[in-house]
Amino acid sequence: MNASAKTARMTYREAMRQAIREALQRDPRVFLMGEDVGRYGGCYAVSKGLLEEFGPERIRDTPLSESAFVGAGIGAAMGGMRPIVEIMTVNFSLLALDQIMNNAATILHMSGGQFNIPLVIRMATGAGRQVGAQHSHSLEGWYAHIPGLKILAPAVIEDARWMLWTALEDPDPVLIFEHQTLYNMEGELPAGSGPVDIEKAIVRRPGTDVSLISYGGSLHKVVQAAEQLAPMGINAEVVDLRVLRPLDNATIIESVTRTHRALIVDEGWRSGSISAEVSARIMEGAFYELDVPVGRVCTAEVPIPYAKHLEDAALPQVPVIVETVRALMGSNG
Amino acid sequence: MAEFRMPSLGADMEVGTILQWLVKPGDSVKRGDIVAVVDTEKATIEIEVFQSGIIDSIFVPEGNEVPVGTLIAMIRADGEPAPAPAPPKPAAPRPPVTLKPAPIVSPQPAARPEAAKVAALPHKLRVSPLALRVALDLNVDLSKVKGTGPEGAITKADVERAAKAAKEAPHAEAEPAAPKVEAPPPAVPRAKPGVAPIDHHTAMRRVIAAAMARSKREIPHYYLGTQVDMSRALAWLQAENLKRSVTERILYSVLLLKAVARALHDYPEMNGYWVDNAFKHSDAIHVGVAISLRKGGLIAPAIHDVDKKSIDEIMANLRDLVQRVRAETLRSSEIADATITVTSLGEQGVESVFGIIYPPQVALIGFGKVVERPWASNGMVGAHPLMTATLAADHRASDGHRGGLFLAAIDRLLQEPDKL
Repeated sequence: MNASAKTARMTYREAMRQAIREALQRDPRVFLMGEDVGRYGGCYAVSKGLLEEFGPERIRDTPLSESAFVGAGIGAAMGGMRPIVEIMTVNFSLLALDQIMNNAATILHMSGGQFNIPLVIRMATGAGRQVGAQHSHSLEGWYAHIPGLKILAPAVIEDARWMLWTALEDPDPVLIFEHQTLYNMEGELPAGSGPVDIEKAIVRRPGTDVSLISYGGSLHKVVQAAEQLAPMGINAEVVDLRVLRPLDNATIIESVTRTHRALIVDEGWRSGSISAEVSARIMEGAFYELDVPVGRVCTAEVPIPYAKHLEDAALPQVPVIVETVRALMGSNG
Repeated sequence: MAEFRMPSLGADMEVGTILQWLVKPGDSVKRGDIVAVVDTEKATIEIEVFQSGIIDSIFVPEGNEVPVGTLIAMIRADGEPAPAPAPPKPAAPRPPVTLKPAPIVSPQPAARPEAAKVAALPHKLRVSPLALRVALDLNVDLSKVKGTGPEGAITKADVERAAKAAKEAPHAEAEPAAPKVEAPPPAVPRAKPGVAPIDHHTAMRRVIAAAMARSKREIPHYYLGTQVDMSRALAWLQAENLKRSVTERILYSVLLLKAVARALHDYPEMNGYWVDNAFKHSDAIHVGVAISLRKGGLIAPAIHDVDKKSIDEIMANLRDLVQRVRAETLRSSEIADATITVTSLGEQGVESVFGIIYPPQVALIGFGKVVERPWASNGMVGAHPLMTATLAADHRASDGHRGGLFLAAIDRLLQEPDKL
C-alpha cells in the first residue's frame, strides 16, 4: 500500500470506507461484522458497497446481540483472524462490555502472555445529531480506563483513513471511536499521507498562550475557537489527543510547559472523565509551569437531550470555549 | 532540573528547620557540598547535595520548619538553560521574597458583605505556581504585585511587569521603612516565623521514644552474648600506643569497630535494612557509633566504609565525629546512612549491654566494660581482661545460629589485632 501521490478531497465516511477496503484487500484474515454492515451498508453508510465487492464471508451481518458478536470477534481473533467488529454506538457497546473488558482486554494477561487478541472494534460516539440519549453519549473515557485496550479517536480525514491499518497490525485489542457528526465532514487527504502511529498526540495548531487539549468531535470546535481567539491577541495551541489510552503524556506536558495554561475540551461528562485524567497528569507533570488553574469545558451532566436547543446547550460549544479561554487569560488576555 | 528535598536524617526524623542556607540561587555546587544547616529534633545537621549543578531556586526561607520530603530547592544541571532570563545579580544581599499565607476564602465571595471583608484582608494573596517561581528568580516582592489573572491571581506576566517597573525605578523603595515581618510561604505547612529554638531535651526524648517504640514493636529481637578475651588486643594496643604521641594514640574501641566491619564481610545479613517486608543488604559498611550528648540523649552518626579504612583512619574519623557531635556540625550523610550500629557502654561501667536496634537497621552490637576476671585457657586459670560482646539482631533478617557465628567471628578477629 503506497501513500497517495496527490491531495484528495473526501468525506470522513469515505476515508473510513477506504481504510476498511484496503484492509480487506491486503489481508485475507480481515473481515467486517456488525449490525447492518452488509445489505444495508452500515447505519452510517460506511460499509456501503463492500458486501458486493467482498461477499458475505467477509462482510457479515450479525443479529442484534452485541455480546454475542463481539464475543465471536474475540474468538475469531484468538483463532488467527483479524476481525473488524462494528458496534452502532458506544451506548450499545455496554451490552458487550463483559466481552470487551473481561475477555478482550484481559485474556493476554490471564493466559500469561500466550493469547493475543488482535481485534479492532469500531463504534460511533458522541452527540449532535438529535438522536436522543441512548445514541449520543461519549463513553470512550470509560474504555480508556481499562488496561489492555488501546483507545483511538480519529478526528481528521487523515487519521480516519490511516489509523485502521495500524490498529489491525496491533496484536492487542484496539477500539476506534468515530464521532457521529464527523462522517459527513469533508476534507483533504494530504498528498503523501500514510500510516499514522497510534501512540502519539499531535499539535494541530501551534500557539504560545494556552494549550487547548481535545480529541474527536470536539477538536473541530476547539480549532474554530482558536481561530476566533487569534484576532483578540490570544495565540492558542490545539493539541489533538488522538489516542486516549495510552495517553501521550510527553506531548501534553511539553505543550503546557510552553504555554503555561491549559484548557481541556471533552464531550464526556466532567466527573471522572478523560479530561479529569489529563488535568491530573498536568498537575503531576507541569504544576510549576502553570500560570492559572487547568480549565475544562465538558458536557453538562445530564443524559443528552433530544431537543436541538437543549442538546446544543448541553454540549461544549465554540462560544463557551472562547469565553473560558478569555477567563483563563485573566485581564491580561 | 533536579529537586532537592528535605532529607530524612534517620528513621526517627519527621521535620527539619532550615537554620541557614549556605548557598544562594546562582551558586555552583558539586556533589557532597554542604548547602544548608538544618535543625532536627535531635541535633543540628549540615546537609549535603548529591547532585552537581547550579542552585536554581530556594523555596523554603531560613527559619521555616518543613516535613521530610518537602521540596526545598531546585538544582539546575550544568549546561541546562535557566528557565527565565535572570536579571543582573544585585550586589547587595537580596531582600527576602515576602509571601503570606492565603486565608480560606469562600468560593463566591463577591456578593456577601462578610465575604467582602475577607477579600479585603491585606494578606490575601493568590499566586500561580509559575509566577511564584518567576518571582523568586526575578527577586520580586509578591505583596506589591497586582494580580490580573483569574480572581485577581498573580500571574507570570504580572511578576515580569513588576520586575520591569522595579528595574526602571531602582531607588523608588530602596530600603523598607520598617523592618519587615517575614512570613512563611503558603505552600509550607507547619511553618513558624523566625528561627524558633527547639527544646532539644524534650524533642529528643520524643524522637528516641518514637524510634525505640517502633523498634520494639516491629522488630523481633533476639539477643546473644559472648565473652571476649581482650588480653591480646590490649597488649598489642599498649605496645602500639607506646610508639605514639599522646594525640596519636588509639582507643581500643577502634579495634572493636574494625573487627565488627571485617566480620560483616562474612555475615552480610547483619548489614543493611529491613524495608518493605524484605531485607536489603548494603554493600557498603557504615558503622553507626552511639555517642551520648552532653545535654542528654544520644545520636548515632556513621563512620563510612569502616572495612576499607586503616585503624588510624578510623581513629581520626571517630575523634572528628565525637568533636562534631559536641559542636553540632554533623553532616546529613553521616546521620542517615549507618548500616549497623555499635554501642559501647564500657565507660559507664556496665559489663553487658542488650541494645535496641535502630530501625530500619537489622543489628546492633553492644560492647561492655573490660574487666579482669579469672579465665581458663590452655588448661590454666589466669586473670584476663574480659569484655562481653552482645548482638541484638532482627530475627526476620537472620537467626541465632548465624548471629552466634558472627559474634564468634568478632571474637576471632580481636585475637589477631595486628591483622586488623
